[in-house]
Parts: sequence; C-alpha cells; structure tokens
Amino acid sequence: MPIHEKSLIRPENLQVHENLEVEGVDVSGHWSTFIESRVVSDYNEAIEDEISALPGGENIHRCWQCGSCTNACTVHAINADFNPRYWIYLIRMGMESELLRDKDIIWQCVSCNKCTYACPRDVFPEGVMKATAHWLELKGHTPKSHSTIFDEIFSEQVIETGKIEDGRTIRRFFKQTGQALRQPWLEEMVKRMLRNLPIGMLTRMGMANFIQPKTSGWSGARDAIKEYVAEQEAHHRAALGLDDLVKMAETELKTGAAK
Amino acid sequence: MSDKKTKYQEVAYYPGCALEGSGHAYNRSTKALGKKLGLKLKEVDNWNCCGAMEVKNIDPKIQTYLSSRVMSIAANKMNMDVVMAPCNGCYHNLKKAEYDLQNDDGSKDVVDRLSKKAGHDTYQAGQVETIHALDWVKETIGEDGLKERVKNSMQGIKIANYYGCMYTRPRHIFPEKDSGPGSESTSKPHFMDDLLEAAGAENVDFPLKTACCGGAHTLSDSDTSTRLVANILQTAEAAGAEVIATECPTCHSGLEMHQIRAEKTLGIKTSVKIIYFTQLLGMALGLKPKQVGLHENVSDSFSFVKEKGLA
Repeated sequence: MPIHEKSLIRPENLQVHENLEVEGVDVSGHWSTFIESRVVSDYNEAIEDEISALPGGENIHRCWQCGSCTNACTVHAINADFNPRYWIYLIRMGMESELLRDKDIIWQCVSCNKCTYACPRDVFPEGVMKATAHWLELKGHTPKSHSTIFDEIFSEQVIETGKIEDGRTIRRFFKQTGQALRQPWLEEMVKRMLRNLPIGMLTRMGMANFIQPKTSGWSGARDAIKEYVAEQEAHHRAALGLDDLVKMAETELKTGAAK
Repeated sequence: MSDKKTKYQEVAYYPGCALEGSGHAYNRSTKALGKKLGLKLKEVDNWNCCGAMEVKNIDPKIQTYLSSRVMSIAANKMNMDVVMAPCNGCYHNLKKAEYDLQNDDGSKDVVDRLSKKAGHDTYQAGQVETIHALDWVKETIGEDGLKERVKNSMQGIKIANYYGCMYTRPRHIFPEKDSGPGSESTSKPHFMDDLLEAAGAENVDFPLKTACCGGAHTLSDSDTSTRLVANILQTAEAAGAEVIATECPTCHSGLEMHQIRAEKTLGIKTSVKIIYFTQLLGMALGLKPKQVGLHENVSDSFSFVKEKGLA
C-alpha cells in the first residue's frame, strides 16, 4: 500500500460489524472490514509555494518521491512516524490536515544530511525539513520548538558580538525553556569536567561569564546583518501572507466592536 | 615534495568558538601537535563565528556571509591561501560558503552587500582552500612521516574512528573528496584510520563512522541525542574498541555528555574512552597527556593512557 494511502486504514477509519447483512450477503466480521470513504476537500494549494519561499525549501518541487531520504534518515530509524518523503508528498499535494498530524515532530530533524547525500534530485530534504518547521511556527500551528529557541539565542549572540560562549548560551537556553540546571546527569558531567582542571583554567572559565568573547570592530557587520535579517523577515511574512491575516483579524475585531 | 605538502606547511588557523570553550582540549592538542611536527599555524586575526548550524537554520545566507568573512581575512589581510579548521562544523561551513559563492548568485550578492556595509573586502570564491586538521597532518607528515616520529607506539590500542556528519555530508560541498587515489572517501572516510594506524593503533571495523550523534539537538532534544549516542558507544564496544577517536568538538562533547546521560537516564553503561585524534597522535609522538589537554576532557582516560604506555 502506498504511504499516502495508509491514512485510509487508520483504526478510526475501519469498521467491522458483528451482524450485518447487505442485500442478502452476510458482511459481518473481520473478513468483511469496511474502510470509511474518504473525501478530501480541504486542499491548501498554497503550502508548497509558501514553504519554498522559506530558506531551505527552494527545491521541494524537484521531488520524485523515490523515498531515499526516509530510507537514509537518522530520526526515521528511531521513530517511524518521522517521514520526510511523506511530508514532502503532503506539502506538494496541499494536504494540510494530514501534515498537521505530525506537526510536533518535524522540528526533530538532526541535520545529519544523510537525506541530502542520498537524494538523486537535489531536493535538499534537510532544508525542506527546516523550512517546514519554520512554516509551522510562523503560521502559528506550533509554538517555537526548543530547537528554534536555541537557534535564536545562539544567532542573537553571534550577530551582537561575532562569537559565542557556550556556557552562557546553554544557561540562557535552559532558563528560556524552563528547564532546571540541576539535573543528575548534568551535575555529574560538570563534576567530571572539573575533576582534572587546574585552578587557572577554572578562573578563566569563570571570567568568561563576565567578559564575553567578542570580535573587535564587529559593529559594521552587526548592523549589516541586522538590516538583512529585518528585510528577510518582512519578505517571509509577505510570502506567507501573515500581514494580511493580521489585518483581517484586526478588521474583524473592529467590525465586531462596532456591532 | 607534493604541492600540498609544501602548501600546508604554514596555514591560517581557524579554531572557532567551540575550541575556545567546550572543545578547548582539541585546540590545545592541535596546536601542540603542529608545534611538535614543525608545522606553522597563524591564527586568523579577529575571527568570528562561522555561523554554525544555528545561524544557518535562521538564514543560510547569513551563515555564508559569516564564513566568508573569516576566509576574507585570511586571504586579504593575512595573504594566506590555506585555512585549516579542526572543527567539523567550521570546516563544513567554510566549505559550504565556498560552494555557495561559486554556484549561487543570490548568496554572492548578499555576501558582497554585507561585506561592503561591514567595511571589509568581499571574499571571492577560490581565494583560499579550506582544509580539515586531518588533511593537514595527512598531507604534510603522512603515514610514513608519523611512523618515523612515533615515540610511544599505540600498539595494542583498539580504536573506533568516528568522523560524524559534517566532515563528509553533503557530498557536493567537498569536490576534492571521492576523486581517485589518495583522496578522502565520503562514504567510508579513512584519513583518521590511516594516521592512527601509522602510529601503531589497531582500528576496529566500526560501521558507524559517519553516523549522527544528534549534535544539532544535543540540548533541545536530548532524549533523541542520548539514544543516538548510546547506539554509537555500544556499537563501538561491540566492535571491540577501547577508544573512540574524534575529530569534531560537537561530536566529542556530545559523546561525552550523552555517555553520562545514557547511564543516568537509560541505564546504559559504557566505558569506551573518547579522545581527540590530535590527543592520541600527540601522545604517540611523545607529548605529555597534559600537553594535549587530556585533563580538559570530561571522560577520564588518564589511567587508560598510562596503562597503554602512551604516557
């Protein structure tokens, strides 16, 4: 059975009757399992264009559905629901509601690029996964994933100072995602990390908390990148029609209030 | 002497952020190894982050710009024609920027615009050659050179060589790989195997050389990373390895961190040691464990290297 038809045989779409006769024929029991008829009426034909407007999604139209990406996928090996080929199919068909069933795991792509290595059509599935995860967040289908929060903290620091300091990034990430720093495995790691370190090194590490590493003369690059980021964000919002959505909501609120 | 042998004697050194933080042992051991081998490293002046996976996820073209700035300084300010990056992430990103600048006009335009605004020369594709620390040792000293210099043979040490993702994938950004005799392979990389074997080590047949450690989500999706790492550690042990040799600070700290996490959360205990290849080679050439930063690793391998005659 082709993967895109598998939704037909989800348990909720199957019916088995204990005593059913249709036109004189007994159709009871497992051997006469019925499949609920499916009508797809909510195609969203804009999804493919929207995702290909986001960084990484540019080549999604090249996909031939060979399945090499899923076959090579690191995450698929530990969670069979993680299926890049299937998602690319759904996006290209505009089957939004099916895609949304997996909205909470798409961000889990580990960017190992095994898919990109295997893909015979240069779809860059890794990029498509990132674009899809961003699309879900921008459209409000999912909250920002931990991965996006980490990326943002990291990138903000790089754009501000030119460099990152990992201890600071990690602490900000734990704080922002509401995770405790005191976890048994983390404490054990810090303990082992400090075991062999000389005092000088510890002091240096401690100082890094106060003196952030910086690239000197970075302000020109910082301003240039910030300007570019703002431009790109506006571009992505336009491609996804986000501003129109906001306007629509505002008008509705106003007319609602007027009534 | 081959072209590369001469060309790589003195290179621009790009350590990157990780090597100033969690991967400091790799920084220390790379520099110590270079000194021991008589190779010159000139650190890139006032370098910046390569963009890493995180900035790429926000916008790939900013990552291209960040990496291009590093190459621009090496080429235009320092007049160097080779940049050596030991970190797989940095190495990968510089290579990717090089590829994008050669093949994608959009990236070229953005890099040119940002460079002008930032007030430095735009990096032009082809100005520098980016190499990994493995290329650097392999091409300058090579197996024969190492054999001559070994003081403490690694004989009897069983090693699983772990290359990770970013050193070989995606293939198109590494045009020099898979290009005939003497070149590195993207499906079965062997440069680290070759070097450690020359120093006497016994490489085990390790099927997960280029498997993923989940480094991208080491903190944001720790459970996945722990499962991936536990698999790598257990497979290495099943293959008979006592040590996993690493060549990437993200993989290295990922393996170390999730080795502990696998024990604490999944009850999977492994005792395989995790050591940078530069640390192993350095000790084989007679450097002391502290000179190669063994004390900066999380996993404790002091007694192991002593027992094996490396210290």
